[in-house]
Amino acid sequence: MESLMSLTATELGKRIQAGEVSVREAAEASLAAIEAREPKVHSFVTAADRETVLKRADQVQRQIREGSLKSPLAGVPVAIKDNMCTEGMRTTCSSRILENFIPPYTAQAVVNLEQAGAVIVGKANMDEFAMGSTTETSYFGVTRNPWNPEHVPGGSSGGSCAAVAAEECSYALGSDTGGSIRQPSSFCGVTGIKPTYGTVSRYGLIAYGSSLDQIGPIAKDVTDCAVILEAIASHDKKDSTSIAREDYRFTEGLVDDVKGMRIGIPRDYFGEGLDPEVKASVLAAAKVLEEKGACLEEFDLSLVEYAIPAYYVIASAEASSNLARFDGVKYGYRAEDAGGLHQMYKKTRSEGFGAEVKRRIMLGSFVLSSGYYDAYYLKALRTKALIKQAFDRAFEKYDLILGPAAPTTAPRLGESLGDPIKMYLGDIYTISVNLAGLPGISVPCGLDGKGLPIGMQLIGDCFQEKKLIRAAYAYQQTRSYERCASLKKGAFGNE
Amino acid sequence: MSKQYETVIGLEVHVELATKTKIFCSCSTEFGGEPNTHTCPVCTGMPGSLPVLNKQVVEYAAAVGLATGCQITQYCKFDRKNYFYPDNPQNYQISQLYLPICRNGGVEIETENGKKIVGIHEIHMEEDAGKLIHNEWDDTSLVDFNRSGVPLIEIVSEPDMRSAEEVIAYLEKLRLIIQYLGASDCKLQEGSMRADVNLSVREAGQEAFGTRTEMKNLNSFRAIARAIEGEKNRQIDILESGGKVVQETRRWDDNKECSYAMRSKEDAQDYRYFPEPDLVPVVISDQWLEEIRKKQPEFRDEKRARYKEEYGIPDYDIDIITSEKRLADIFEETIALGCKPKEVSNWLMVETMRLLKEKETDASDIRFSPAHLAALIGLVEQGKINRTVAKGVFEVMFTEDMDPVSYVEEKGLSMVQDEGTLRSTIEEIVKNNPQSVEDYKGGKKKALGFLVGQTMKAMKGKADPAMVNQILLEILG
Repeated sequence: MESLMSLTATELGKRIQAGEVSVREAAEASLAAIEAREPKVHSFVTAADRETVLKRADQVQRQIREGSLKSPLAGVPVAIKDNMCTEGMRTTCSSRILENFIPPYTAQAVVNLEQAGAVIVGKANMDEFAMGSTTETSYFGVTRNPWNPEHVPGGSSGGSCAAVAAEECSYALGSDTGGSIRQPSSFCGVTGIKPTYGTVSRYGLIAYGSSLDQIGPIAKDVTDCAVILEAIASHDKKDSTSIAREDYRFTEGLVDDVKGMRIGIPRDYFGEGLDPEVKASVLAAAKVLEEKGACLEEFDLSLVEYAIPAYYVIASAEASSNLARFDGVKYGYRAEDAGGLHQMYKKTRSEGFGAEVKRRIMLGSFVLSSGYYDAYYLKALRTKALIKQAFDRAFEKYDLILGPAAPTTAPRLGESLGDPIKMYLGDIYTISVNLAGLPGISVPCGLDGKGLPIGMQLIGDCFQEKKLIRAAYAYQQTRSYERCASLKKGAFGNE
Repeated sequence: MSKQYETVIGLEVHVELATKTKIFCSCSTEFGGEPNTHTCPVCTGMPGSLPVLNKQVVEYAAAVGLATGCQITQYCKFDRKNYFYPDNPQNYQISQLYLPICRNGGVEIETENGKKIVGIHEIHMEEDAGKLIHNEWDDTSLVDFNRSGVPLIEIVSEPDMRSAEEVIAYLEKLRLIIQYLGASDCKLQEGSMRADVNLSVREAGQEAFGTRTEMKNLNSFRAIARAIEGEKNRQIDILESGGKVVQETRRWDDNKECSYAMRSKEDAQDYRYFPEPDLVPVVISDQWLEEIRKKQPEFRDEKRARYKEEYGIPDYDIDIITSEKRLADIFEETIALGCKPKEVSNWLMVETMRLLKEKETDASDIRFSPAHLAALIGLVEQGKINRTVAKGVFEVMFTEDMDPVSYVEEKGLSMVQDEGTLRSTIEEIVKNNPQSVEDYKGGKKKALGFLVGQTMKAMKGKADPAMVNQILLEILG
């Protein structure tokens, strides 16, 4: 029998509401998949304990039966990226420094999901503090790409994307600071949305780059993503950067109609460094939209080459300050036998953080230092403003911008960390979206010669998620969800 | 000393604002309380928590700015000041560097040398840190985050002061303005007002400033005055002996009456300030600013003029009553209840000041209500009790704030109005003190006082002295 985890979240939700499947059955299916596939994939830092999951499942079932819970996500198992606080459940950011941290509260986005009846089955692995593009910087070990275990799942939301692709859960939450939802979604062949900055509350999301971080959905298709986004988005008074949007009805974008939609194709996104197979696949997807009535036009976005340096300056600066609180005083890891206070700080942070995190803390501290602030940090802020203006100009002409989510498909394990600059360059198509605060989506659009997924990225103007969703939906009507090859081959064994 | 020196002083004054909740979360700001009970994920720096600005802090800061002649920055921002210390849970303080809420103001002070303006460079909003409690026995430190996130404003003056006297006058001026605004109780001892003194000396007539030091840990006006004197002399001694003053932060030890270096400029920290990304800019609209302006109370100088004009009480009374907002409030409210200004002023000037001193409390802690003071004054005026009894009642009222009318009734303190009883008591006294009667008749007027005293004693103070006098004179013929 096919596992319930092969259904999309909304299909499963429908069956649960109809009483065809019990919440417990759904939870059991997820737990079984996790047990069977974790040794090969390692999507999770912490799998929720069975008792807790089943108890929660029964609670949700009761609410559904009583009629108080009608959400399409009620009873559907979900994985939460391990940088979102979950009360009573260990939240590590995949770092040794938070190895034993149990938050006293739950992140608002997760609270919103729980109110929709979500059953959390675990905390997904990630690059340490979301710093990385491969999920290899996790203190708790790498996550493997379900399509090919020799390859990375991407990052930093690699665990979330791998868990969805490996059908260990029905959907997941990720966070995206420079592409951390869209790039691993593309590498794992799933759909992921990075919403407009301010759409989903950051309260309880352990900050990396505060002015860039956004939580978003990761699922098998855009229908799921729209439903999930509708559930997690809210105007939260606890997050001053949260925006009261006029419209949260993202599912209204699920319409198979792109007639007359103007789509800009930035030449800058198809130049040097882009893998030819990726290029061909993305352009083929664009062609599909054109055939469905969209108007495609090439244009020059400009400033693309400045996005990466600006991003690494701003994100690292904010991170150097955001991560200062991990000092061994209040929670988390504390080095033993450290002598005085300053020794304790040094030893704790030296032992508690991994190499990539330390690199970014040092970079961030440097660019904020007196004498360098203007030359680096202020210049980066000005660049950010210019990039936003370049997008503003583009959106005067286009409804959407279309390009690849990443220049290549998933690299092999161990290939990226040795050359951080190369790894940083892998974020080239996703990063400017964060700098400009825009929404973006990654949609699977084919496989390369090695059988690894390729993702198309659509970028919208601020608050234009519905347009993204509409184009992605129209595209996915022509190309149904492709299950990961290992699952088809039964490479994860008999479950 | 061969040369003449001039002392140049600028102040950084921190004031804890009297908001009910903290600057970035809804925890109580109440002083005291068991350690770590007024805390939440925000003010303990929990991962993922975010600050939300308390609007009242902006209102208070802007109100202080308006009252000190500052320009209000209607588009202002918060910045992060990064430094590691365990009382600071995030290891950064949310403060303002680039666009502080107030700039370019000044207040007028008056000393024996006359009036002058002390400029205010800026006022900015920030959060307070927690408190470290050191345990000497087992060599550990504990952190109490109750104070973490209590709102502060920092008022940075220009280097316009030249003496301890001017510094005290400036601080007094700030204290009164802020108290009158209700923005803080400004108690140095309790730390709701803290002053750091930046001081340098230069040869008289010289244009350029000397090298300055910053002095911390000044908990009273007295300590400030002594620290200024001490630091001035220390710097002059260095210069006189051919040395150079080192730019550094010094800590004043008021018990030893000396300061010692905490850190020099060389190891000054780089705070790596940058705009706080978790907060949006604060936009103070014209309308909001106007509302804050409208709420500005009548300050001391205006009150002084009005009291003189309206109530005609002496300058001396006015000075004392307006020296504390609480006294002025009680004064005005009691008058509003129909009492004579001079009568109210007397109670405040004499009995209240005496009891405040005796009980070592602050005017801001006064408990008796204007209504009860008015009632007490009424009792005296109606001849229900005499002044001596009234003073006793007031003393109880000062600590318990009970209704004097029912208190007098319960304790049976009202004066005996029945002339018959009084007359027979006096007749008895006259009979028992023939010597005094004789003395009086012999011309010793003092003897009358003795007889009045005896009568009051017999009546347990509950007789109207005027009536006693009158009856006595009648009997003595």
